[in-house]
Amino acid sequence: MKEFAQWNGFEGRIWKEEINVRDFIQKNYTPYDGDQSFLEDPTENTKKLWEKLSELQKEERAKGGVLDMDTDIVSTLTSHKAGYICEELKEAEKIVGLQTDKPLKRAFMPFGGIKMAEQACETNGYTPDPKLHKIFTEYCRTHNEGVFDAYTPEMKKARHNKIITGLPDTYGRGRIVGDYRRVALYGIDFLIEEKQKDFENCGDGTMTDDVIRLREEIAKQIKALKGMKEMAQIYGYDISGPAKNAHEAVQWLYFGYLAAIKTQNGAAMSIGRISTFLDIYIERDLKNGTISESQAQELIDHLVMKLRMVKFARIPSYNQLFSGDPVWATLEVGGIGVDGRSMVTKNDYRFLHTLENMGPSPEPNLTVLYSSALPDNFKKYASYISIKTSSIQYENDDVMKPVWGDDYSICCCVSATQTGKEMQFFGARANLAKCLLYAINGGVDLKTREQVGPAYVPITSEYLDYDEVIKKYLAMMDWLAGLYVNTLNLIQYMHDKYYYEAAEMALIDTDVRRTFATGIAGFSHVVDSLSAIKYAKVKVIRDETGMAVDYETQGDFPRYGNDDDRADDIAVWLLKTFLDMIKKRHTYRNSEATTSILTITSNVVYGKATGSMPDGRRAGTPLSPGANPSYGAEKSGLLASLNSVAKLPYEWALDGISNTQTLNPDALGHSEEERIDNLVNVLDGYFDQGAHHLNVNVFGTDKLIDAMEHPEKEEYANFTIRVSGYAVKFIDLTEEQQRDVIARTCHTRM
Amino acid sequence: MKGYVKSIETFGLVDGPGVRFVAFLSGCNMRCRFCHNPETWEKGGDEYTAESLFDKAFRYKSYWKKDGGITVSGGEPLLQIEFITELFTIAKSKGINTAIDTAGQPFSMNPEYLEKFLKLMEVTDLVILDLKEMDEDKHINLTGCSNKNILQMAKWLSDNNKHMWIRHVLVPGVTDDTQGLCKMREFIDTLKTVDKVEILPYHTLGISKWHDLKILYTLEDVLPPNAEQIKAAERILCN
Repeated sequence: MKEFAQWNGFEGRIWKEEINVRDFIQKNYTPYDGDQSFLEDPTENTKKLWEKLSELQKEERAKGGVLDMDTDIVSTLTSHKAGYICEELKEAEKIVGLQTDKPLKRAFMPFGGIKMAEQACETNGYTPDPKLHKIFTEYCRTHNEGVFDAYTPEMKKARHNKIITGLPDTYGRGRIVGDYRRVALYGIDFLIEEKQKDFENCGDGTMTDDVIRLREEIAKQIKALKGMKEMAQIYGYDISGPAKNAHEAVQWLYFGYLAAIKTQNGAAMSIGRISTFLDIYIERDLKNGTISESQAQELIDHLVMKLRMVKFARIPSYNQLFSGDPVWATLEVGGIGVDGRSMVTKNDYRFLHTLENMGPSPEPNLTVLYSSALPDNFKKYASYISIKTSSIQYENDDVMKPVWGDDYSICCCVSATQTGKEMQFFGARANLAKCLLYAINGGVDLKTREQVGPAYVPITSEYLDYDEVIKKYLAMMDWLAGLYVNTLNLIQYMHDKYYYEAAEMALIDTDVRRTFATGIAGFSHVVDSLSAIKYAKVKVIRDETGMAVDYETQGDFPRYGNDDDRADDIAVWLLKTFLDMIKKRHTYRNSEATTSILTITSNVVYGKATGSMPDGRRAGTPLSPGANPSYGAEKSGLLASLNSVAKLPYEWALDGISNTQTLNPDALGHSEEERIDNLVNVLDGYFDQGAHHLNVNVFGTDKLIDAMEHPEKEEYANFTIRVSGYAVKFIDLTEEQQRDVIARTCHTRM
Repeated sequence: MKGYVKSIETFGLVDGPGVRFVAFLSGCNMRCRFCHNPETWEKGGDEYTAESLFDKAFRYKSYWKKDGGITVSGGEPLLQIEFITELFTIAKSKGINTAIDTAGQPFSMNPEYLEKFLKLMEVTDLVILDLKEMDEDKHINLTGCSNKNILQMAKWLSDNNKHMWIRHVLVPGVTDDTQGLCKMREFIDTLKTVDKVEILPYHTLGISKWHDLKILYTLEDVLPPNAEQIKAAERILCN
């Protein structure tokens, strides 16, 4: 059993025998069910730093979204000298470490693809060093090059026609959450020792492909751990041993995360479930009298400030998909342990309180792991923060815990992953709405008129027949599922090969569980279209070439979003059907296939590539985001809509079912107290039915319209809204997306 | 017994305590000039049995917690008194909070009606009563109906110890004169069971419905009250 002086005062045994952060947490955390009255305002240091950072953010926006970029240094763990928010305020900065040498300066990260790295520079007016071009085209390969060399013509066509879309073939796949807490609890040297043991025990001596690959990966992980030590050294810290107090624990943990964001530009770079863990250190210091509550809050504020600064260089097509410059530095609070104790600590309040101390913010993507059994005080405080800032999201701990245990993190916008035990192959989405149109048109794409899918016989009847459509849809969906999974297999293979996440994987068990995350786009439109075909009469409008280009729907039909089983049963069927088609396929490295119904802001881009649908959705208009019912479909108010979504079994969409709702504050109640109670009632009622996720916005449409017309107003500088699975500053969205957000149902009653 | 429901709001937060399932019943004898639901005047819409409407409502039980429940509004729900009595009887058997949002116009002191009304009140937790105007002539001009029986209903509720909220729609230049508000306050002071008095600021969101229904709207030029006007009325009515 290991013993370190830094562990004085900590209880438990197993976590000392092996790397086991969960055990450490369970043996040592202090549940808190009091209210928020203990919280402290920002310190002078925090105010000064935040003011400085706000100025930089303003400058960044004024420059078109990018403040500064590297053009001649390839980002590695040790590529940059120490950087600070402000040189003069260095002493005030309690938690240090930047991605580059300057705040908000974006690093050059070519391993996902040199073309994209260069394009990101060029579109922002920077000229990348030609030497780097030579190196990454002539001397070494990138993930992107590997993928495109191996793609089949069919894959390229499907990608180009956007029936499978948002694929991580030009950037990092992300979604891998290193257990950054390990750096604080164990220190780097112990982690290296353990990985060395794994290296020695890797395989039985027979050099199969798997064993060779794993040996190489562990070797890379050990190098990354050594690199982390050097990186910390640049900032004057020695992280070879465990952290000895709260300040070090926050700093060590952040160094672990910094290592990840210096080496990977994944779409989602979550920091994970760190709140309860850090509280243990803070509690110990509070008890020892070596820290005050104000200092504790300062540590959390400064860590959060760092998470608000994470930036990656992106290309325009990426920004269209994931609007508002998100990084999904997702961070969880709340949850309930397997033993039934609430895992809410004072630190969970501190993290939410950062939204008061430093104002609303899209990052970190603060997620409350919700259960109606959480302490009332905490539920109320979270609701209060939602109403005040619209910056947090809720996910149902009661449905996730049975699958992932009580130490999972959210690795992207809404997807769960076991911290330190698991990694995920992110796989973007298949556009099932477009697939329905392919079924009707025999695999020909309406927009490009290319034969993308198999040339099955198209539907030629004047009116659509439900049974015929379903038969053809199943055949087309099966083709799509096969192609989709194979495309992802290829992408994941190349990512492991050319852009391996050594730093994150070094903080995850060597014997790792892998999930294979697919996703569905256009969900509600397929459901409503099938319902229209089943319950109303849908006439096909064909052009002179015989292609079905539009539909005329006669009569009323039930729509998803009204708690009407006739439509909702189709929704459940669609999810299960697609999942089964995914699951029967071979997946890379024997990963477990899952699916999701979430679309980020990409619903706008996906919609552009999708023709008119039988549900009345016009060609080119945005798809409904995530699992949300279609715009205007909800006829009986918010709860009917929530009940429809709640019918989708989480077990069939383990990668997540996102739902975003906007509430008008006036409709939520007359007084603040009433509003808080009512929101808690909504959350309890929704999640008690087994629903998975809810984004809560509280503001009126008038505010959005005003923000769109007057983005220069001071009050809108940090005006944050929740969109599918994450939060953005409203003024950072494209005009098109702003219009889309405004058009979505704002639940209000006249 | 069939009921006629124009629309349903599953997330009602202002028509009674807590989170409410609000059924807007169709049919109303009043023709209030500021009505924002003129589409509910005529009896029509979806047909429900009391059981089927209750089953629909009961889907939202998980959101109601300790104080939420079912509200019937309209239209004028009292025009379907047997139906709502049946609905509320089922609700009370499951311990659900029930509320009626009414303008009281069908109320009558005739014994036959009172018998029915009493039955309804036995399964009703809260009456939300709209008082449009105290002056009889003005009331007739504004709504097309007398207010005598409406005031009688308020008194009956008070005498029979039935809890109520009083609501008043504040229409600038029409229902906001100080004298009228004071008279209303005086009347409310004679009632013993008023838990809450609320001002509902007039809004113009319903006008397009009048246009759609091709009914002449006579308050075209009236603007919603500003915050100052609302406060002034609240000082008289709600304190």
